[in-house]
Amino acid sequence: MSSEAVHTTGSTSMAHYGDYEPIIGIEIHAQLSTKSKMFCTASTDFGAGDNENICEVDTAMPGALPVVNKRAVEFSVKMGLALGCEIRKRSVFSRKQYFYPDLPKGYQISQFDLPLCEHGEVDFYLDGEKRKISITRAHMEEDAGKSTHHGEYSLINLNRAGTPLLEIVSGPDIRGPAEAAEYARTVHKILRYLDVCDGNLEEGSFRCDCNVSVRKKGETTLRTRVEIKNINSFRFVEKAVEYEILRQIDCYETGEKIVQETRLYDPDKNRTFAMRSKEEAHDYRYFPDPDLLPIEIDDSFINAIRSTLPELPLKRAERFEQSYKIPTYDSLVLTQEKALADYYEDVVKAAGGNAKAASNWVMTDLMRELNESKKTVETSPISSTNLGKMIALIDKGTISGKIAKTVFSEMWSSGKEPETIVKEKGLVQITDTSAIEKAIDDVIAASPNETAAYRAGKDKLFGFFVGQVMKATKGQASPDIVNQLLKKKLAGS
Amino acid sequence: MSQISDLSQATCTEIRDAVRAKKVSALEVTKHFSARIKALDPKINAFVTLNEKAELAASNVDGKIARGEDPGALAGVPMAVKDLLCTKGLKTTASSKMLANFIPPYSATVVNRLEAAGAVTLGKTSLDEFAMGSSNENAATGPVKNPWDPEYVPGGSSGGSAAALAARMAPGAIGTDTGGSIRQPASFCGLFGIKPTYGRVSRYGIIAFASSLDQAGPMAHSTKDCALLLETISGSCAYDSTSATIEVPKWSEIIKDDVKGLRVGLPKEYFAEKMDGDVERVTKEAIAALKDRGAIIVDITLPLVKHAVPVYYLVATSEAASNLARYDGMRYGHRTSNITTGSLEEVYTRSRGEGFGAEVKRRIMLGTYALSSGYYDAYYQKASQVRRLIRNEFLSAFESCDVILSPVCTSPAFKIGERINDPLEMYLNDIFTTSTNLAGLPGMSVPAGYSAKGLPIGVQLMTRHFDETRMFNVSLALENALGAVKARRPHVI
Amino acid sequence: MTKDNSNKSLDLAAVRKVAELSRLELTETEMKAYAGQLAAVLENFEQLQAVDTKGIEPLVTPTDLSVRLREDEAVKTKDIEPFLSNAPARSGNLFKVPPVV
Repeated sequence: MSSEAVHTTGSTSMAHYGDYEPIIGIEIHAQLSTKSKMFCTASTDFGAGDNENICEVDTAMPGALPVVNKRAVEFSVKMGLALGCEIRKRSVFSRKQYFYPDLPKGYQISQFDLPLCEHGEVDFYLDGEKRKISITRAHMEEDAGKSTHHGEYSLINLNRAGTPLLEIVSGPDIRGPAEAAEYARTVHKILRYLDVCDGNLEEGSFRCDCNVSVRKKGETTLRTRVEIKNINSFRFVEKAVEYEILRQIDCYETGEKIVQETRLYDPDKNRTFAMRSKEEAHDYRYFPDPDLLPIEIDDSFINAIRSTLPELPLKRAERFEQSYKIPTYDSLVLTQEKALADYYEDVVKAAGGNAKAASNWVMTDLMRELNESKKTVETSPISSTNLGKMIALIDKGTISGKIAKTVFSEMWSSGKEPETIVKEKGLVQITDTSAIEKAIDDVIAASPNETAAYRAGKDKLFGFFVGQVMKATKGQASPDIVNQLLKKKLAGS
Repeated sequence: MSQISDLSQATCTEIRDAVRAKKVSALEVTKHFSARIKALDPKINAFVTLNEKAELAASNVDGKIARGEDPGALAGVPMAVKDLLCTKGLKTTASSKMLANFIPPYSATVVNRLEAAGAVTLGKTSLDEFAMGSSNENAATGPVKNPWDPEYVPGGSSGGSAAALAARMAPGAIGTDTGGSIRQPASFCGLFGIKPTYGRVSRYGIIAFASSLDQAGPMAHSTKDCALLLETISGSCAYDSTSATIEVPKWSEIIKDDVKGLRVGLPKEYFAEKMDGDVERVTKEAIAALKDRGAIIVDITLPLVKHAVPVYYLVATSEAASNLARYDGMRYGHRTSNITTGSLEEVYTRSRGEGFGAEVKRRIMLGTYALSSGYYDAYYQKASQVRRLIRNEFLSAFESCDVILSPVCTSPAFKIGERINDPLEMYLNDIFTTSTNLAGLPGMSVPAGYSAKGLPIGVQLMTRHFDETRMFNVSLALENALGAVKARRPHVI
Repeated sequence: MTKDNSNKSLDLAAVRKVAELSRLELTETEMKAYAGQLAAVLENFEQLQAVDTKGIEPLVTPTDLSVRLREDEAVKTKDIEPFLSNAPARSGNLFKVPPVV
């Protein structure tokens, strides 16, 4: 993920909501990256050919029964713990019943009144301020299949049917579009840190439904809410929510009624529109699934998972800021992805502790190259060790910062170690004063006019001499030594 | 003619022994029973589909014996399998128009276990559609006749299996029991039939009626045959998370005719029910027989069982309405050809309206109602609470007795057409059998006598969870004590 | 659907609603028959309301079994054809259904 994903400034001003206040809650559906489906052994690799990964369970053949995937439970508990949730020791699967061709059983196995995780919270920074959003619940369920529409008919592919999902429900705590997007980014980031969801928004591995309502400031009850479904980018979360807030305010101002409905966001037109659906209110007839006994887990199961929890992104960012003395912004960027943060820390180590330089090189040169070539730190041609060693070479004075740029691009294209490149290309910095002195003497001798002018007080010409000396030493002379000696010589020794 | 004096009258155990001893080939046995089906079934209507590969399967058993391999505990035993169990590649209809042409892509665990033990699936037997009924009149292929008197019902829902067995068209049969569907037809047809403890037998591949009540079990001509069949199909199954991991005893070897000192409990509420005089007489004879053999008769009380029928019908129909949602005409099963608008809703409602019979629709309606918003607490929830109380009552009753004895039904078999128009009357007839399923207890029907008209009457035994051993011991004692009962033959033979 | 405690009979509107929820097309005759039969059944079932169930946990599965979890192992379906061949209509390996939008 690019640094574009870091959003520390709320771009949307609240001022234009007048005396209205938006209330937003978000439901996130995250596909858990298990090998097999939630309740059967069919593969979750739904990129396969049409209906290639199906079996009697996910096609709801008569007599087929569900059996719970252990890893899906482990992943869910892991995410629950990362969100600070209480983990229910005895949670129950229920059937959510409705008819739809991509839902083979006529019900979705989900959790209703006894979910696995409850009462958590998520922290993040917005406009430099720490925000806290409550997590009402996180529960396990199964995904539906995919339908494609062809006018007279639809076609159903069940490869995705039965893929494990964790539905993460926030409290109605979010108060603006930027906050909504940042909340979603934060949950996404945590899922990726835990390696329980691949987080691919385009492919639907991470989907956001936003519940939006507005009310007059000071009101204590909630007004009618509208659900915006299946938003597939963080930017669109912000835009869709912003549009919806303004639309609702406009409705109230013009005396129109808000109806409780599901809307979709159209990114091309930047507006939300009502989904065509029957006015009939849903009656899902939830009841405990008699094919599945309650999931019973004990402390040892939970503790074993707790012990595998990595340092979470915000905690890590705060540690980076404190122990590496880097700016908040840098620490947030560097902890976007666990792999990036790991990479950065490895660079610091190999660089002998120069955290600031490591941060600069990673955030500017490296991330620019990675973005341009659509690579990640995992596929970077420059290893963290090599980048760190290169920084150490600068710190030791072996190479100059300028030469380091050459070494960097050489490392990018060849993947070689910095020492090898420096040796092969003869890029070692000249620190031998006699060699530099000789070069200075030659330049002064070759530039009598400029020398005279400088000595007459034209200080600006100093740069000219530096340039000439560097040219003569093919840029390898230590700039510090050049400056020092040149000043002395020009002063007229 | 084979080495066995009369194949038709042989038990599964006798056939297995004869086949293993090469006194008769498995192929001869299968041919013998296939010929009987051809001759008798036009009068009985027990079979829906015959297995064209039965002779091939029998030959495979013979091949194993010829090669000196273990042919299995049911070597060459032909089985009539209720058409509710999926058989891979062999049409499975649930006696419903909905599944008139359904070819399962997989087999039920019970079927796999029988076949792995060398049993030969002769064919699939008729049932009340989706196992909903007590008379086998609700079958897409028409009513099944009772071999003891073709004007009478064989009972249901495993009526086809019972009739096939009684007419000696197969030596063993598999039924399923949700509220009495093995025990009641066993009683009406003069057979041993057992509904095992819930969780004893895998439900995988058995078309679900009510998940928390359904159990498959054997029907046979002797206690020992039931024991042999049950030990073959029992045991933990990886594909059914409600199947128990508890050990399966080798009943066929350990059961013994010994009831000395055994406490036989008689629930006073059961005997207070209005019942047929013949049923009362036969039940009393069975009690006397056990007393003669040293059993201690104790009175027990189960005050809440009078509510078993409503509890049963609310739980069973709620689960059924949900389990039958998958029959939507999308991936398999009946899809209407009567298109008006061609909309999804039309295809759903018309396909289901046409595909399901009257009783199935009635139960789906009742179940949907019981789970619908505003009614859940008063119906499904309330029933599930009373269900726990009923189970608790049985558990405490078993503190003062080891086995409970009662009638199976209030009457012997009734005439075809006699009760079809009064569903409530039909439901109330399940008073003695449904509580066993609600409590998850094992229950068994043992032939005990005849009505004045010569129709068979059974008595019901119930024991603690997973205590089938003691039930078989009592059954064996009754079988030996009431030897004359077995001597009679149905008219059809 | 409202619950009428004084009269347990289901009116036709309630039956129609339940039929809709169940996705069952019923004729007027069926509808009337079910209204009467279901009313009779439900009236009989009212006896349950007399049982004191305060604080009683509903019983969903009748034995005291605990759930067994499955290891996360994927199995490739060797032949998908038998899972598709029962379909009333298909297009290639996809299920063909009435238009859903």
